[in-house]
Amino acid sequence: MGKPDKGLDRERRDFIKKVLNGAVAGSLLLVIPMPAGAAAKEVPEQIKGIRGQKWDMAHKRFAFIVDITRCIGCGSCVVADRREYNVPAGYYRTWVERYLKDLDDQVYVDSPNGGFDGYQAPRKDIEVEVRDTFFVPKLCNMCKEPPCVQVCPVGATFKSPDGFVLMDPQRCVGCAYCIQACPYSARFLDPFTRTAEKCSWCYHRVRKGLLPVCVNVCPTRARKFGDLNDKSSEVYKLLHEHEVLTVLKKDMGTYPALYYKGLRREVV
Amino acid sequence: MDALNFVFPNDLHVHWSMMIVLYPYLTGLVDGSFIVAALYYVFGVQSLKPISRFSLVFALAFLSCAMFPLLMHLGRPERNHNMMITPSPTSAMSGAGFIFTVAIVLIGLIVLLVYRPTLVKLRLKTKGIMQIPYRLLTMDSTNLSPESLELDRKIIKVLVAIGIPVATVLHGYVGFLFGGVKANPSWSTPLMPVIFLFSACVSGFSALILAYMVIKKVQHQPVDIPCVRTCINILAGFFILAFSFEMLEVFSHSYLKTWYHHSVEGLLNGPLFYSFWVWQVGICSVLPLLLLGWLCLFKLKTSVFKFFAGAVSLMLLLQVLLMRWNVVIGGQLMSKSTRGYTQFHPEWFDKEGILTVIVLVSLPFIVLFIMSKIFPLWLEEEKNSS
Repeated sequence: MGKPDKGLDRERRDFIKKVLNGAVAGSLLLVIPMPAGAAAKEVPEQIKGIRGQKWDMAHKRFAFIVDITRCIGCGSCVVADRREYNVPAGYYRTWVERYLKDLDDQVYVDSPNGGFDGYQAPRKDIEVEVRDTFFVPKLCNMCKEPPCVQVCPVGATFKSPDGFVLMDPQRCVGCAYCIQACPYSARFLDPFTRTAEKCSWCYHRVRKGLLPVCVNVCPTRARKFGDLNDKSSEVYKLLHEHEVLTVLKKDMGTYPALYYKGLRREVV
Repeated sequence: MDALNFVFPNDLHVHWSMMIVLYPYLTGLVDGSFIVAALYYVFGVQSLKPISRFSLVFALAFLSCAMFPLLMHLGRPERNHNMMITPSPTSAMSGAGFIFTVAIVLIGLIVLLVYRPTLVKLRLKTKGIMQIPYRLLTMDSTNLSPESLELDRKIIKVLVAIGIPVATVLHGYVGFLFGGVKANPSWSTPLMPVIFLFSACVSGFSALILAYMVIKKVQHQPVDIPCVRTCINILAGFFILAFSFEMLEVFSHSYLKTWYHHSVEGLLNGPLFYSFWVWQVGICSVLPLLLLGWLCLFKLKTSVFKFFAGAVSLMLLLQVLLMRWNVVIGGQLMSKSTRGYTQFHPEWFDKEGILTVIVLVSLPFIVLFIMSKIFPLWLEEEKNSS
């Protein structure tokens, strides 16, 4: 056996060093997060006229419209919402219901796992001739007269002047009276924080000019959100068209700011 | 027909469980026993004299423990003071702390005044540092002159008279907490405070009759039959009112056949069939109603009367507990989708579980036992001790 070639040995070492350096540098890029400000600037504004403007609480008007005729029950909104808020399993800030109607007007509704997995197959537990079927996404109705706010004994849930019904988890005593009072069952008691939780229409995103996360991910644009002060916004146009828009449980006298397009009378 | 059962995903959980059944039950017992005191001290029903003092101490013992179920129920009990520091004026619940405070201060004051002679005697016997609590409890007065006692009697009468609306508000208000929830069709009725109030009187009278007879039996002392007879007569009156309103609520809606009826009938005839129709209405209402009629209208042998008075009281205590259960937990079994029902499974070792219920129900009796060592429950005892 001859002596090892020193030149070749050095080359090898250099090669290994380069690979190691590259690996360390690459993994550092993964570990060190990108500055948040830089990332936020790169996301284009989704709701016009918010960035760079003063947030005038008293003159803000937003609307949320769900177009039943567009929803395909994919569950993307439920998944996105769960990721955005780390919603505990078994509880829902938003969910999607599947309605099914037979020729005798019998209505079958289900929402397994809140529609999180998407409705990938027809219901197997019923054998009827289906006349009609559709999906109904649900979320906080942002009532103009919210019963949850009325009943909260400590003012932990409140209606902000810009129309959002929000929760202050630092004040909530966890009595669950708001959960009883919400006609839409849009609230739940977080088993970890032991305080009430609800959909906020992604207030933190809206304040930055971004759409609520469920609106953002909806592949069919069944969920629409926008500024009613902006006459070019889709929600403004929809609310000023001849299309019939309805709200849930109108008789409750809560005056929801969440409208439904194409809602059927079977939906509660 | 499971395929038709649809519960909103967030409605699978019963958020108000056994602690919220227990809270109105305990305050109801307070209210009912306070009514006994009011009948004697304000309206001068002399036959209730033997249990007049007992009813007050009983009310105070139960009221002092009534808030524990609520604290156990709260998700963040350490923040409970927010209810009184930053109450929301629009909320019915924010009044709870204030109404409770007024009630406990008032009943506490009445008890102190009623037992002032006893406390003064104890104070005079005590020496050293223990004199301080007795000086506080006797309001630093040792005056037991007939004029002073007459003044006490007048003040007690006024305080008990004030206590009647306070007790009414305390429990009618609990009913309103449910009646004011428009989202739940089985709760939202203006009759709810009325039903709660009368059933509170029923449970209070029943508890007093039963406790009086059991304690007397244990102490081998005779039971004052005219007193129990008066209690049974008044109990019958309150129960007729309570049961009539409970049934009126159900039957008027089943006759009207509105949307309300269709959403509630499935609940009462489905998941609540046994606990409501069989137990609450059948076994614990119709049967005691017949027995009460028999006890009130016929002259019976003392031993028979005593046995059935106790049995009826026990049944009615159970009736009111079932009524609270069917309203509080039963009402939540129906989803707000009005298309389906969820289930409730009580657990033994949960924060709001069966074990907690047992502890919290035992607590007022322990408090009552300790209090009875300071405040003699019966007038005869006091005479013997003096």
